[in-house]
Amino acid sequence: MPEPTLNSYLMLSAVLFAIGTAGVFLRRNLITILLSIEIMLNAVNLTFVAVDRYLGAADGQIIVFFVMTVAAAEAAVGLAIVIALFRHKESLSPDVFTTLKW
Amino acid sequence: MTLALIPLLPFIGFLVNTAFGRRLSKTVSGGVATAAMGLSCGVSAAVVWDLLGRQPVGGVRAIDETVYTWLQSGPLEIPLAFRVDPLSAVMILVVTGIGTLIHLYSTAYMHEETEREYARYFSYLNLFAAFMLVLVLGSNFPVMFIGWEGVGLCSYLLIGFWFTKPSAADAGKKAFVVNRVGDFGFVLGMLALFWAFGTLDFQVLAATVSTRAADPAAVAGATVITAATLLLFLGAAGKSAQIPLYVWLPDAMEGPTPVSALIHAATMVTAGVYMVARNAVLFSHAPLTLEIVAGVGVLTALVAGTIGLAQNDIKRVLAYSTVSQLGYMFLALGVGAFAAGIFHLYTHAFFKALLFLGSGAVIHAVHGEQDLRRMGGLRHGLPVTYRTFLVGTLAIAGLPPLAGFFSKDEILWKTFAGGHTVLWGLAVVAAFLTATYMFRLLYLAFFGERRHPAAAAAGHAAPGDHGGGSGQAGAAHAGPLHDAPPAMAIALVVLAIGSGVAGFIGVPHALGGHNQIETFLAPSFTVGGVEAGVQPAAPAASHADTSTERGLMLVSTLIAVAGIALATRLFRRRPDEADRLAARFAGVHRLLVGKYFVDELYEAAIVQPIKRFSTRALWRGIDAGLVDGLVNGVGLVVRGWSAVLRRLQTGSVRAYAMSTFLGVVVMLGYYLWR
Repeated sequence: MPEPTLNSYLMLSAVLFAIGTAGVFLRRNLITILLSIEIMLNAVNLTFVAVDRYLGAADGQIIVFFVMTVAAAEAAVGLAIVIALFRHKESLSPDVFTTLKW
Repeated sequence: MTLALIPLLPFIGFLVNTAFGRRLSKTVSGGVATAAMGLSCGVSAAVVWDLLGRQPVGGVRAIDETVYTWLQSGPLEIPLAFRVDPLSAVMILVVTGIGTLIHLYSTAYMHEETEREYARYFSYLNLFAAFMLVLVLGSNFPVMFIGWEGVGLCSYLLIGFWFTKPSAADAGKKAFVVNRVGDFGFVLGMLALFWAFGTLDFQVLAATVSTRAADPAAVAGATVITAATLLLFLGAAGKSAQIPLYVWLPDAMEGPTPVSALIHAATMVTAGVYMVARNAVLFSHAPLTLEIVAGVGVLTALVAGTIGLAQNDIKRVLAYSTVSQLGYMFLALGVGAFAAGIFHLYTHAFFKALLFLGSGAVIHAVHGEQDLRRMGGLRHGLPVTYRTFLVGTLAIAGLPPLAGFFSKDEILWKTFAGGHTVLWGLAVVAAFLTATYMFRLLYLAFFGERRHPAAAAAGHAAPGDHGGGSGQAGAAHAGPLHDAPPAMAIALVVLAIGSGVAGFIGVPHALGGHNQIETFLAPSFTVGGVEAGVQPAAPAASHADTSTERGLMLVSTLIAVAGIALATRLFRRRPDEADRLAARFAGVHRLLVGKYFVDELYEAAIVQPIKRFSTRALWRGIDAGLVDGLVNGVGLVVRGWSAVLRRLQTGSVRAYAMSTFLGVVVMLGYYLWR
């Protein structure tokens, strides 16, 4: 089995990002969408770490910690919003919540 | 600082009455105003005395004073500078002297107003005096212009003093608007002069013009001078009520009578005459302008004189008389007799102020009635007013040896001697008219039966004894006529004495006098002692000239007597004959009563077209159509596009996420494949 190269990590990251994006656009459940966003964030994290390792630097890894912290906060706030929305409309479909417009 | 003090004192009076007038009693506010004028008059007298004692420098006696440099920009330097030379000396004496008397008179005349109105009146009057003094003292055009506009403002404020009365408010507006036409000419003339000669100082300008005229290469200069002087004359015609801009002055009689006396007879309306005389050298280099000035002057004198014959409002007759006399002054200026014009200005200030104040006393006595047809027989009830009024009337009619005779005769003689025989003839006719309409006024107001209900309380029962009749009728609704109270009487008597003797400073050589005023004024109309007028001063007139002059004097005196005789016949001896004449020449009579329908003509030819143009083109077309259309159009376009673009805000989170995603893809794609 050959040693994984930078390209392999980037490919994996791209695939993960695509899966996340597809999830955001295709799924009809707010919680699933939040999960998909987490997948996208982690795909990006993977890229950071891989490139960092390749370049032998440490900056990217620090950014990853930031991203993880923010993602945790985002999950907390996002889930709270989802709960509030559910209480309001008894539904988790994003298509129900379209009143915030002209 | 002395010269600046002359306008400053009334200005301080204005500030006091404006700031504290509401809390001051009438005695204090009237007293402050009158004292300010009196002090200013004293300072003026001292300054003139100083001037008389000075040696001429370069042929001119003058006191210059620069307060500070007002404007400086490139070649333009305008100091706030005052200058007293013989011409402005005469003017400051007239303005402060007559002004003080009229302030004094006003303290009694305006006494029925509330404290607040009283103070307002005196603050305006003081402000007027301050501006008028700036006007006559200014040594360059812009400073004169400050005064020029300032007196226009005060005139507006005082004509519309009783602004709750629509006619007064309208008259004020009319005066302001008509004067604006003239001021437009004034400003353009000023700009033309600065453009051509690079200076706005009167003295420097005169010197520049006369040296430039000596240079044969400067032909273009003559055109500029003619154009500039014509524009300046337009300004003078506006301020001094000459054809075609005289229409505001008769309406200006809506103001209080002392205002009519001070502003619209003695001082402000003579500003145009003063301005032309101030620029005598300049105007002398524009013969065409001078001809126009003389023509307009004599025409105005005639037109106003004929209108005056048929008016029934006592103040309006006097107003037309003022217009007519101003025409006389312009005639004098036009024939190059600047000194004669200023001489007439000076005597006219006395007798016209007297006549106006007299008419004010009459109006006061008959409780605000101004219609001559409702007066009559006031001779007995108002002895002081009647006697002083008679002096004024004789003076304006031009009977020797009263003031009007000398000044009017000087003008007539200079016109004749200058070879303007036609103008002379017309001026003589105007003199005849003057005597006629003034005596008509005198007879209608003071002679005959009492026609005023207040004055004629018991008059009809005993027509032979009006004075006693009304005196005994004290129990009826009207008390006895009360003659002018002391403050008014003093002003009347002083002015009457002035009207009697003011002419003696200008007794012509032909009558053995020395015509001091002409000798005194002459340097003001010259550059370094060179005579500017077309008419050279003739101290050594030949014998033939002297006898001609004496003959002409006799003629004009006879003309005045004839005018008086006609008025006596028509309005005293046979009042019915005047009505018969009016009926026989009904067309002419209607024309005169209607003031030649000039107001109606202006209304139809100028006011209405401007109104229509403003309404249709400017308001509906440009303002409502173009400007509003542009603003509203921008709004409409934005609204239209917004209606389309707002569809993008669906409220669906997925749609937003999709557009963000697509945006990122497009941007990345651009950077990857460019």
